[in-house]
Amino acid sequence: MSNLSVLFDAPILLVQLIVSGILVGAIFALVAYGMALLWGVMNIINIAQGEFVMIGGYIVFFLARAGVSPIFGIPIAAVVMYGFGLALYRSVIWRIIDQDMFISILATFGISILLQQLGNQLFGSDIRTLPSHLPSLFLAGGMVTVPEIKIVGFVAALAVGAALVVFLRYTRLGQAIRATAQNARAARVLGIDTDRVYAATFALNCAICGAAGGLVAMTWFIQPYLGLTYTLRSFMIVIVAGLGNLPGVILAGTGLGVVEQAAGFILGAEYQTAFVFLLLVVILVGRNMVLARQRRYLK
Amino acid sequence: MNNRKRDIAIIVAIGVAGIAAPWVAPAVTTQLAFLWLMILFALTWDINGGQMGYNSFGNVLFFGLGVYACALLQRDSGLSYYVALGCGIGLGALVAAGVALILGPAILAIRGHYFAIATLGLAIVAADIASAWEYVGAASGLATPVYPGLIEHRTRFFYYLLFALAALTFLAVRKLYSARFGLAINAIRDDEDKAEAMGLHTTRYKVFAWCISAFFLGAAGGPVGNLVGFIDPQDLAFAGATFGVWMVLMAVLGGKGTLWGPVIGAVVFHITQEVFWTYLLGWQRVAMGLLIVIIVVFFPAGILGWAGRARARPKDPAQPAPATKTAPRPSMEAER
Repeated sequence: MSNLSVLFDAPILLVQLIVSGILVGAIFALVAYGMALLWGVMNIINIAQGEFVMIGGYIVFFLARAGVSPIFGIPIAAVVMYGFGLALYRSVIWRIIDQDMFISILATFGISILLQQLGNQLFGSDIRTLPSHLPSLFLAGGMVTVPEIKIVGFVAALAVGAALVVFLRYTRLGQAIRATAQNARAARVLGIDTDRVYAATFALNCAICGAAGGLVAMTWFIQPYLGLTYTLRSFMIVIVAGLGNLPGVILAGTGLGVVEQAAGFILGAEYQTAFVFLLLVVILVGRNMVLARQRRYLK
Repeated sequence: MNNRKRDIAIIVAIGVAGIAAPWVAPAVTTQLAFLWLMILFALTWDINGGQMGYNSFGNVLFFGLGVYACALLQRDSGLSYYVALGCGIGLGALVAAGVALILGPAILAIRGHYFAIATLGLAIVAADIASAWEYVGAASGLATPVYPGLIEHRTRFFYYLLFALAALTFLAVRKLYSARFGLAINAIRDDEDKAEAMGLHTTRYKVFAWCISAFFLGAAGGPVGNLVGFIDPQDLAFAGATFGVWMVLMAVLGGKGTLWGPVIGAVVFHITQEVFWTYLLGWQRVAMGLLIVIIVVFFPAGILGWAGRARARPKDPAQPAPATKTAPRPSMEAER
């Protein structure tokens, strides 16, 4: 807690926290947007979201080790994860779509444990990060340090997000996805093959997570057990922002990034994840209280 | 009445087998002790998840609180071993139930999958705090006091403690389900708003059900911590990825919302898990994840639900199998 007074004495540190928070928050927002897509279209809460991020990260990491630059590694990871998502949809996910929400949570929880343990067996539990050869920017007389790689990651996250919006708005498949999200039955009546739409949505989400994972490997670190934190962060962002609200997702994502950085600085890094999850519980309880007063419920 | 007699005969037979087991198969006493723990896990989870429709992914929180409460009392109280253990188990149960009582009104007001995620978050918060807090040993864990006696006596002692707790849980739950409480929480599962409109104090019932769950989980924490001898915050006390998911899975596997389902599910699951552990060393957790997916996707009604449908089929082939979300309840049939 002593760091709190440091923050008051040197407000410039707050600028540092906000900048790093926003830079990392864009990646959170990207993952959360994928989750919102899946949730909105298929009514599935995907607990394995973070594990997809982890796998994407490892793909980019090993490609980079083999000499492929992350600029190409990230699209490759996205494509590989698209195929992985299709395979996963065809084997498991299609069976749980029209089931109880509880079944889908538990099934994706199983997938999450499976992938996490598989990652642990195949890649080892070490923390990995891509070495970046970019320098850091020093702003405000050296008080604020911004590694250029994080700016690159931030811009790339925004670019992927923008591409996604364009895709959903203007392409045939994107329109089919949005139509299915609005009313699956009506979409079926109008000749949309919703099963294929679901498959494409799930695979698309995997591709987004793969790209985000590459960015995480570039700007932060990857580790087989990091999945659940990303899943719950996405969940939190989606609850705060609502489904299908991209500006809200970006705002909530960067906001979460900033709050998390500040909490890590003030409480100490070992309490940072605990704080994130506590925030999740508090948000859920708080939101529920507001809704209960209006006699509505989170359903 | 015949069913009731059969039920009691089965319970007595299981009880006799449970008492005799450490002498019949002394080599696997520890595994059997964990079998009783698994039964307790599945039964306590099913109070909320199966009977009340509140699918908690964080009930391992209460188990972890029990583990730590007992171990800390044993470490700091300075009492003799057995007294400290007894007080520790009691304290663990009370702390866990107390936390459920405090958190209950706020957390149990959240519904559906939001409740599931909120409880998942709670369990992880507890695990993270336990692995960062120096007083409880932080990430390096906590060793429990040495048992004053032979090692095989120690295993047997904790086996009987866990057996007694599991049996107590089963009997308590059986009693509660056949009383007004059982009807009330089933009404909450079926339609909470309607139950409330009918004049049921739903919050009271929900919190009480959670407290019962927490009480037995907290009591089980002490013996398990001492049986293992070393408390790791992430792998034993607040083991969300193992115990936390297993308790859900065992209830689903056996048939959630039934009295015997969790027991059957726990037995089948535990045996499978021990087989995995023996033959797939290193890959057992991967296999476990795969097993979870297979069970949930292909057997969502559980063993009892599946057996019930298989039994219902030959009687009336024209009628399709009842597509109820929860399995039929043998305990209800027993009363009629």
